[in-house]
Amino acid sequence: MLGWEFPPFISGGLGTACYGLTKAMSKQGINVTFVLPKSVVGQNGSHVKMLSPADVSKTGTSTRAVTDFETLKIATEMERVKILKIASPLTPYQTPQEYKHIQENKHNIDEIIREKRLLLDETWSFDASNLEVSTDYSGDMFKEIHRYAAAAARLALNEQFDVIHAHDWMTYPAGMAVSALTGKPLVVHVHATEFDRSGEHVNQAIYDIERKGMHAADKIIAVSYLTRNIIISRYAVSGDKVEVVYNGVEKNGDAVNPVKQVGIKSDEKIVLFLGRITMQKGPEYFLAAAKKVLEVMENVKFVMAGNGDMMHRIISMAAEMGIGSNVLFTGFLRGEDVRRVYELADLYVMPSVSEPFGIAPLEALNNDVPVLISKQSGVAEVLTHVLKVDFWDINEMANKIIAVLKYPPLQMTLKEHGNFEVRKLRWEDAAQKCEKVYNEVLVGTV
Amino acid sequence: MASICFYFQVHQPFRLRHYTVFDQTHDYFDEFKNSSICRKVARKCYLPTNRLLLDLIKKHDGKFKISFSITGVLLEQLEKYAPEVLSTFDALAQTGCVEFIGETYYHSLSFLYSKNEFKEQILKHSQMIEKYFGQIPQVFRNTELIYNNELAKTISEMGRFKGVITEGADHILGHRSPNFLYQPPGCGDLKLLLKNYSLSDDIAFRFSNKAWNEYPLMAEKFANWVNKVNGTGYVVNLFMDYETFGEHQWEETGIFDFMRQLPEEVLKHPDNNFMTPTQVAETYEASDVVDVPHVISWADTERDLSAWLGNAMQSNALHDLYKLEKNIKESRDVDILNDWRKMQTSDHFYYMCTKYFADGDVHKYFNPYDSPYDSYINFMNALGNLKHRCKGEVPKKTVHSQIETALKV
Repeated sequence: MLGWEFPPFISGGLGTACYGLTKAMSKQGINVTFVLPKSVVGQNGSHVKMLSPADVSKTGTSTRAVTDFETLKIATEMERVKILKIASPLTPYQTPQEYKHIQENKHNIDEIIREKRLLLDETWSFDASNLEVSTDYSGDMFKEIHRYAAAAARLALNEQFDVIHAHDWMTYPAGMAVSALTGKPLVVHVHATEFDRSGEHVNQAIYDIERKGMHAADKIIAVSYLTRNIIISRYAVSGDKVEVVYNGVEKNGDAVNPVKQVGIKSDEKIVLFLGRITMQKGPEYFLAAAKKVLEVMENVKFVMAGNGDMMHRIISMAAEMGIGSNVLFTGFLRGEDVRRVYELADLYVMPSVSEPFGIAPLEALNNDVPVLISKQSGVAEVLTHVLKVDFWDINEMANKIIAVLKYPPLQMTLKEHGNFEVRKLRWEDAAQKCEKVYNEVLVGTV
Repeated sequence: MASICFYFQVHQPFRLRHYTVFDQTHDYFDEFKNSSICRKVARKCYLPTNRLLLDLIKKHDGKFKISFSITGVLLEQLEKYAPEVLSTFDALAQTGCVEFIGETYYHSLSFLYSKNEFKEQILKHSQMIEKYFGQIPQVFRNTELIYNNELAKTISEMGRFKGVITEGADHILGHRSPNFLYQPPGCGDLKLLLKNYSLSDDIAFRFSNKAWNEYPLMAEKFANWVNKVNGTGYVVNLFMDYETFGEHQWEETGIFDFMRQLPEEVLKHPDNNFMTPTQVAETYEASDVVDVPHVISWADTERDLSAWLGNAMQSNALHDLYKLEKNIKESRDVDILNDWRKMQTSDHFYYMCTKYFADGDVHKYFNPYDSPYDSYINFMNALGNLKHRCKGEVPKKTVHSQIETALKV
């Protein structure tokens, strides 16, 4: 499995999803080798012990694949998940053993790597004019993707596996390279597309990588029908190649948390936005709705938890609208802080303009917080006991926020049923569906 | 002897329009939606079925009889949106083979919250029926067939009715059959007509179900089932929504052909006939007393109130609504009173049901809202405005303290 992030080093839902999925797969007896590309800062996660690059003494002279990757220690819950981290850049020369190995495979790894480089360069030549097009991603990121692809391809020769499962565009080149090298089937998992991230202003280079990955894949897993439709209509992929596998949610101490008593809190109500403060997540719609709510109700605080490229704009927007004192910014929260903010919240709002799935509302429900989500989210396909609204319909968003704050029975019923419903969304089911997809692609190769 | 007693429930609510907390107008109801649904149902069900029944009555020379319970809120809508339907109902009334049953004008749950309001609505309905069809209802059915001993007592005390119709629920009957007449405890002569839900549902729900092992249901087969009642009972109460014909069961299912054949097939047996509820109550003696201390209804498998009162939102909305009664009536404003009463129609609370919501079954089919939560929000927003009106206040921006008082249940 090729991924880009894994808890606790996460910036969004992708890492959470990879974690939940691999854990469930491990329980089902599927052996997963998870390849992580980045050098990440050392910190202990709850289930997986990770080592930072500094802890590992690199031999420097050896170029054998094994030492290019760190093998991370895994807790018993994930005993079948092996996490490998590519810690060093690609080395230009191969050892004789490795060369022999490659010959046996009737492939020339250098050739593959060159092809990959060409493929990337075709769409992304590293010249200044192209770099300017995309200010969001540094050129270094593409280099890293490239390096990751090459390293993963080399790694693949030393690993036993049946299927390649690549999560999101950054790992597609790696998936394609490994597939070309080993002949193993490729499954790409689309957690988000460039259209979700950038609206209509897509980064052509990323789009091209996505498109190539999707077309090269034997099967595509989409996180929702919403995403499936985008894949079919925007990437010209045939529908029978795309399966929908919904994400699940980890249960965290649901029974331990007593249900909060409605109405006994201080007179202040809290409406929560939790996510990256970026175009895709619709923070300005949240603000506009907040303004409308505050015209009718006092004592409501709107908490925006998260970071993002639009943060400064949103802060000044709140001030310009005259609601600055009612909108609080917490920055990026993790772990216990997330838990605490959920405990305070009366309502969680996800006004996403485009959300392929959206795990965060599931976590809110898991924490007994009722949820208002945009109809433009994949998770709206699976949740019924939530409030739904078009992201652009500020009036209706405000109407629903007020209703939750004003009518305790509404909050109570949403919580009760929502918490129950969310328990039915299990990673085990997602893992099973992925396994089904694996079996399909394996049949195709035999 | 087996007497078939047909009773058709004819009802459409005044659906609320989309009403947000920012709205301040006093028009709560969706003219467009209500008129288009009313016209659609008139075209697909009321007009063709009325015509068919009129033909059947004429053809069988008075031997085919039926009864209707038409709500006041539907009569109002027919008058406004589809007056031609009223004249066909009137034509049926003129045959002498059609009885009109009494109920609450607003198809409300008022019995559970206010006896005064309940009785006022029954009287208002009775007057409406007399005005349109020249009959005074003599048998009563409560909204959703909601019933218990207390309801029988209230109806008995009103002194207007000879019988009450309710569900033949297994748990009130035990081993007894719904094909007899019963009596509530301590209500004098008042008779109880119980729905034969098995035979009724064969027509209303299972008729077009291809997975049903009796599919396709033909009039002859159904008449044979009725014949079997001879000797083990004397009345078969077939109670169903009128929209069964042409709306729940589309014309293509053959439901109209079934009905066209049915009287003839039933009357082939010399001991069978058709009766209206009042005739049944006058003809047959009660064979036993049925004790119903707890409230029953026709709904779902539970036959209880949970479809209208199953969650906190429903109970909150109903309590808040009936809490206004005194203020509303003291306002002496007819518009306010009518709006309040239209909001009592049970459908509004049915839309808020969360019981089977996720499974997307029959509850969803009749629901104009995307979710029970949306319907609750909409209802409460409209109710909030109404509350201000009867206090004589113009609702400015909703003030927080007022919201607080609105929340106290």
